[in-house]
Order: sequence, then C-alpha cells, then structure tokens
Amino acid sequence: MASLLHPSQTSNPYNLKPGEVSSGTTIMAVPFKGGVVLGADSRVSTGTYVANRASDKIAQLTENIFCCRSGSAADTQALTDYVKFYLQQWEVESGRPATVKVAAHLMRKICYQNKDNLSAGVIVAGWDPVSKGQVYNIPLGGTCIEMKCAIGGSGSTYIYGLTDALYKENMGKQETLDFVKKSISHAMARDGSSGGIIRTCVVTEDGVEREYIPGNKLPYGP
Amino acid sequence: MASSGSGYDLSPTTFSPDGRIFQVEYASKSVASSGTLIGLKCSDGIVLACEKLLANKMLVPGSNKRINTVSKTSGCAFTGFVSDGRQIVNRAREEASSYLDTYGIPVPPSVLADRLAHYVHYFTLHGALRPFGASMVLGCYEEDMDEASLYMVEPSGQVFKYFGCAAGKGRQGAKTEIEKLDLSTLTVAQGIKEAARIISMLRDDGKDKPMELEISTVAAENNYVHKPCEKSVIAEAEKWAKEQIEEEEDMEEDED
Repeated sequence: MASLLHPSQTSNPYNLKPGEVSSGTTIMAVPFKGGVVLGADSRVSTGTYVANRASDKIAQLTENIFCCRSGSAADTQALTDYVKFYLQQWEVESGRPATVKVAAHLMRKICYQNKDNLSAGVIVAGWDPVSKGQVYNIPLGGTCIEMKCAIGGSGSTYIYGLTDALYKENMGKQETLDFVKKSISHAMARDGSSGGIIRTCVVTEDGVEREYIPGNKLPYGP
Repeated sequence: MASSGSGYDLSPTTFSPDGRIFQVEYASKSVASSGTLIGLKCSDGIVLACEKLLANKMLVPGSNKRINTVSKTSGCAFTGFVSDGRQIVNRAREEASSYLDTYGIPVPPSVLADRLAHYVHYFTLHGALRPFGASMVLGCYEEDMDEASLYMVEPSGQVFKYFGCAAGKGRQGAKTEIEKLDLSTLTVAQGIKEAARIISMLRDDGKDKPMELEISTVAAENNYVHKPCEKSVIAEAEKWAKEQIEEEEDMEEDED
C-alpha cells in the first residue's frame, strides 16, 4: 500500500523505483497563430548522475502531433508508444489525420486509469486541420486541460512567474519560439534536474521544424 | 421470380452453384415486404421517415418507435423485423458510446456505419446464427468535418453512403421520386414534407394496413441534434402531402 511518508520527506523525492531513470525536466508548449511551439531540455538523471545529457524529450505521436515527456522515462516512453499505436489505428479507421484533441484524450485516459502505477507528466501539442494549433497539459493525476501556455516537469516550478509575465496573446512564430527558449533557459539555470541543450519543435500546417540550441548558446546563462 | 434454393438455401454458410447465398437474399426479401423507409440528405441536415404499419387498432399512437436516437447527433431508422432492428440499434448505441468514451469525440458517421456493417455481416457467416431481417438507415453528423451523412446498412452487411435512400415495400417508387428531387437545395423543412408525400403516394389506403408516419431529423437549426418531429409537424406534412397528391390526380384527369 502507499507509504505513510510523503515522497519529499524521503531520500527518493521523485518516487523512483530501484534503477529507474527520471526525466527531471523542463517542458513547455505554446500555441501561436498558425501552429504550436514545443520545447524541452535534454537532461535525464538518476539521482545526481546524469544518465543522458542530450536526450530527446519531444516524442512524435503522428505526423502533426507531438508530446513533451516528463517524469519517469520508462512510463512516458510506454505511454507514447501506446498512444502512437492507437492514433495510427484511428487514422486508418477515420480516413483523416488525427486531431490533437483525440490524441490528448487517449493520453489522458491511459494516465488516469493507471494513475496508481504511473509517474508521468505529459504535454500533448500539435496542429490539425480541424482546430489548428492546440496544446493540452496532462499532469500527474491524469487531468487534461487545454492551455494557452503549458509548462511541466520539475524545472517548470521556477518559471511560473516568468511565463505569466512574458506571455502575450497572438504572438507570431518567432516571438513564440524566443519566449519558449528564454523560459526553458531560466528553468535550466535554477533546476538541477534540467540542463543540457534546448530542443524545440515547431508544428504548422506546412510541416514540422525541429532544432536545438547548444548548452553554451542559451539565451540565459548556465 | 427468383429460382428456388433447392437444397442450397438451408444455411447461410452454403453457397449455391451460381455463387449466391440464399439465406441472405431471403433476409432482404423480408425487409422488402415491410413498411417503407426513406432517408434524405438535405442541404442543411438529414431527414429520416418511416411508414409504421399498425397491426392493431389497440396500439397506443407513438409507441413502438421505428426511429431511434443512437447518440446526440445521430439517429437511425429501420424496417423489417422490428426485434432484429432493435438489436442493431442497441449495438449502434454501444458503439457510439464506447467510441466517445475512448476517443473523446462523437463517433464519425463513416466509422459507425462501418462497424454496424461488420456486425450485421458477422451474422451471415456463422452456422448457428441467422442474418438480420432488417435494414437500417443511419443519419449522423460529424462536427470536425461539419458534414451530415446518410448511410444504409442492409442484411447482407453492405453499407453505402447515400444522398437519398429507400427500403421496404415502396422502395422502387420511392427511389424514382427521390431522384426527381434536387437534394442540394432542398431544406430539411421541405424534406419532411416531401418524405411524407412520397410515402403517402406509394401506399394504397384501401388495401394496406393503417399506418403511422414517423419522421425525425438531424438538422442545422437544432445544432444537428437528432430530434423526432413533433406530431403537429408530421400532421401538417401529411396534410400537405394529401393536397399535393390530389392536385396531381386532378391534373392527370385534366390532361385527358
């Protein structure tokens, strides 16, 4: 049964099982006119050891829908694989590209039904012909909220104030990209579990653009 | 008429030498001798209309519905064996509800039609089961594509998407009449009247059993929610239908 001690009171604050690897992370996604921008750091840690300093936390679900992963790497990879599988079947049965709403709903359903056994915070974002750019934040318990600016992972706690202050409605693509890069840099500067490089992914009607910013070229210091 | 099965028609799992499955054909025949059913895809929604033959004067009007709501934005009407039809409706409701639960959006019409076709077809393949003796017409709206669609599922498991379709006794005459309509400009309000007219004109009130007309719509003015028509609307449509038919008869007499 569940331990009587809160995880923060133990030496295992992230409730990791023995040998389990966490993406103590900063992830972010923001819709703009014409699409969405996703961003993530690249540090994967087991305790204080950095298991991977250049991982890719932005997973592709369909041609036009992606998700940012935070929490247990194993859990989020399994979730991503399941949702990718179901979305592929959905596209075949429906004869059209999957919508972000359906992807988010599937992700949420699995997260909620298995909440006792999962440690996963996910942001589903993408562009579809029906609703254009959309972002859904699916934190630990399995709630699913559409948001104008979604942040997640351990590093996100340090940038709530910053994103609130900097966010503006109706930003263009470059402005949104700069906003995401700046916010994640700030989180990486303060959160020990976030670091490495910033990976970004821009999804629009015309396709997908992925790029990364090396650790020594971040907008805000280490 | 059709040739007799002569031994190849005892089970749905037997082909005849000329490649037919008689049991499935016989199932379609039972549909072909029941009340007429019409579906119309109008410019702003779907109209479903059903000629409900009343077996008995003691039946309470409005009971034994032939047109049922499957989900908020889809409805279906069937003709043939009523108990078989109800089984398909139940399945349609389950499919629609489980789809909404799994994917978070109402089931797309093409998917629902496809799943029902699979279900109906299953019963034509297994030795211990018999085919459904009912055809079903599905009117369904898909918000993502902003499109209302009309599908018909037959006892063989075939399903097609239609602009206008008919099943039951008067289907040949109904199909001819439907083809005369301009469905791309016909509104739902007009469609209700036309459906009433077509069903009324194909009946022979002297010979046929008394009927109750059941009509429902999936229309833009109701936000595409599947709604049975009010009794007053149906009565008005029937009145209009009678006038149209009398007018035509008068015109035919004048031509002589």
